[in-house]
Amino acid sequence: MQYLVNVLDGSPAIGGQTFGRATDAEMAAIDAFNDRLRADGHWVFAAGLASPEHATVVDNRDGAGLITDGPYIETREFVAGVWIWDAPDVDVALRLAADASKACNRRLEIRPVL
Amino acid sequence: MVGALVRRFGSLDLAEDAAADAFAIAVERWPREGVPTTPGAWLTTTASRRAIDVLRRESSREGRHREAVMLRDDGEHVPVGIVDDDRLRLFFVCCHPILGRDARVALTLRIIGGLTVAEIARAFLVPEATIGRRITRAKAKIAATGVPWRVPEREELAQRSTAVLDAVFLIFTEGHQVTRAADKDDPIRSPLMAEVIRLGRLLHTLLPDDGEVTGLLALMLLTAARTPARTASPGLRMIDEQDRTRWDHSMAGEGLALMRARIDSGETPGKYQLLAAVNAVHVTAPTAVETDWTQVLALYDQLVIVAPSPVAELNRAVAVAEVHGPQAGLDAVLPLRSVLERYDALHAVQAGLLQRLGNDRAARAAWDRAISLTDNAAVAAAFARRRDELPDR
Repeated sequence: MQYLVNVLDGSPAIGGQTFGRATDAEMAAIDAFNDRLRADGHWVFAAGLASPEHATVVDNRDGAGLITDGPYIETREFVAGVWIWDAPDVDVALRLAADASKACNRRLEIRPVL
Repeated sequence: MVGALVRRFGSLDLAEDAAADAFAIAVERWPREGVPTTPGAWLTTTASRRAIDVLRRESSREGRHREAVMLRDDGEHVPVGIVDDDRLRLFFVCCHPILGRDARVALTLRIIGGLTVAEIARAFLVPEATIGRRITRAKAKIAATGVPWRVPEREELAQRSTAVLDAVFLIFTEGHQVTRAADKDDPIRSPLMAEVIRLGRLLHTLLPDDGEVTGLLALMLLTAARTPARTASPGLRMIDEQDRTRWDHSMAGEGLALMRARIDSGETPGKYQLLAAVNAVHVTAPTAVETDWTQVLALYDQLVIVAPSPVAELNRAVAVAEVHGPQAGLDAVLPLRSVLERYDALHAVQAGLLQRLGNDRAARAAWDRAISLTDNAAVAAAFARRRDELPDR
């Protein structure tokens, strides 16, 4: 199965400021974790995302070609990055997530890819 | 049987439906054609065939390879992981951490305990529709999220077992005092208690150093040991009315030995060890009046800190009444009255205390309220017996 992992940011940090960009130490830990993902065959995709203030919403459902500034939903928390992992089951994904959360120093949301 | 089917077919819904179908076929055929020599094996085989039929019909949705593997797999299963017990494996699926605590318990009671949605709703004091939704959502999430049909790795086992313990205890409680018992002479589900104790022993074998696993097993043994003296006609005998010579003393002894080992460990006790310790105090008292209530109160004082809950507070209030008198007990019950308004035991406790204070009118009303709130006829009969001890109006 594949799992989408949303890296959540914007909530008060544990032990320091983690709002916004990852620190150098966090980046190093994420790189090391990604190397492990590749070595163990879990790697599918990873990306950091620009902040929600740089988001644009497109709605062309009725052909009106509506383009609006800003994120689709206003919340304090936002998705700062994503992973897609390949894992045989959710227990493996949860173990990876425990390490990933530590590496990037943020909360994660795991969702199965259909 | 459901456990074996889930292991083979990997779907709770499919396994449950197939098992229900097999029972329906049995009900129709056995009276006509006679009961097979091995009814259990017959049911499992029939259920497997039903499941295979369903899979064949739905094979466009399922991966053909996976289906082929399952259809071929008619041999003995090979033990995987460290727990070779389908029902226990089912526990770990039902109590998986991706599920909320309430969902875990509801699913375990439904799937493993075999309780109806109505019975579970009663056990949680919440509406039936809530439990129904909870179970449906939990099953859908298990299917969508890829929960493995496997026992957790050893390093995760201790953590995962806490969720299992809570579910086991709730099922035990249901066996100890059936939520909905129409027959007042049959208030206890002994087979359910025996089965849950078996699972408690198995967990204890697997996790001998987990104090809470030991505590829960001890708690169940010390409680079940009193069962032979609980039944009365009519209703149930409360602990202070029981003939203590009729208790199962070997079962009680086993529970006490487990608790002594825990006390020797010197570790801080959790919820189940504290509850077991309360029961150890009761079981070791030669008579009800010789119960060391000071000790019981001290244990409940710890419990409401370790695992605060209105029901724990209510039990503490009972101990308060024994140590400091009925008025102090009533005062301790007071803050619980709104949250436990629909809980029969709250009104029974109040009734007993009002009776002791000589407030017969209020006591009678409280007994009536307790009787109206219980769906267990034997419990209602026990309450009615105490109410009828009151002098006539």
